[in-house]
Amino acid sequence: MITQFLYGGSGILLFLLGTWSFIVHPPLIRKLIAINVMGAGVFHTLVALAYRGLTAPADPVPHALVLTGIVVAVSATALALAFGQRLDRDHGSSADDD
Amino acid sequence: MTPAWAKVLIPIVLIAIGAVLVWAFSLAALEGGDRLALIALERVPESGVSNPITSVLLNFRAYDTLLEVAVLLTALLGIWSLGPAAPAFQPASPILGGMIAWVVPLLILSTGYMLWAGGHAPGGAFQAGALLGAAGVTLALGGDASAGLPGETRLRFLSVLGVLVFTAVGVILMALGYGFLTYPEGYAKWLIIFIETAATLSIGVTLAAAYLGGEPRDERTSRSAT
Repeated sequence: MITQFLYGGSGILLFLLGTWSFIVHPPLIRKLIAINVMGAGVFHTLVALAYRGLTAPADPVPHALVLTGIVVAVSATALALAFGQRLDRDHGSSADDD
Repeated sequence: MTPAWAKVLIPIVLIAIGAVLVWAFSLAALEGGDRLALIALERVPESGVSNPITSVLLNFRAYDTLLEVAVLLTALLGIWSLGPAAPAFQPASPILGGMIAWVVPLLILSTGYMLWAGGHAPGGAFQAGALLGAAGVTLALGGDASAGLPGETRLRFLSVLGVLVFTAVGVILMALGYGFLTYPEGYAKWLIIFIETAATLSIGVTLAAAYLGGEPRDERTSRSAT
């Protein structure tokens, strides 16, 4: 039980840290990293919720949701990075400055 | 820059949100029903695979997974529409090149294992696809401008293969009188492996191509450019 709360709690902490960073830091690349940290927190919490003790099998539905989420997060990040690269190419590095 | 009042207010609001989340988490963890888990675990033996996560992904919620493969494809199309890829990295030194020559075949071998293991143990199309994509990224880091990917025509075909096979299986099953992606008894395992194989190829190719970050260059033009 304590392990589950440790995992779930650190997931929530990661989510909050990501949210804070996303709001506070203007550079787009930092916002992108912050979104990924938020996502990692959500996945962490979901996997902790699926835990049913050492003897029982874990709930497979949150696990499947997390797998789906990771793929969506990776594709969204890749697309955002490509957008950023294009912004950089068109406007010099000014789009990225503070 | 963030104004001074926001610097104080934002952490306070976030801590409040955190408290609510921890409360919600403890509610769900302490007395969370296993309604969905019970239904899912009960019917795993009918799903054709013995790994519960794979049976949720490829059988009970196959729609989700189909759309997920489509999300990957959409992201890749978005990346390709933004212009050509950045120039390749400089060729690897002999030591790194030698390591890549070892690692890439091993990665491809593990892709096959991971794909097969998905039926009964942790693994599956996405994990296998990630390994295949990692092989491409490793090649790209070693200076391969195309990350080991085939030429444009075949690359485009491979990147849609997952969605194509997935949808085709669904539509053919529909035509045969089953529901969309409702596998007939006895065929579920082979249909799932068939779909997963196509999805693995697609995911691996998509990840490697996304890493290159630009539209594929025609074989002839890239050859004349290098």
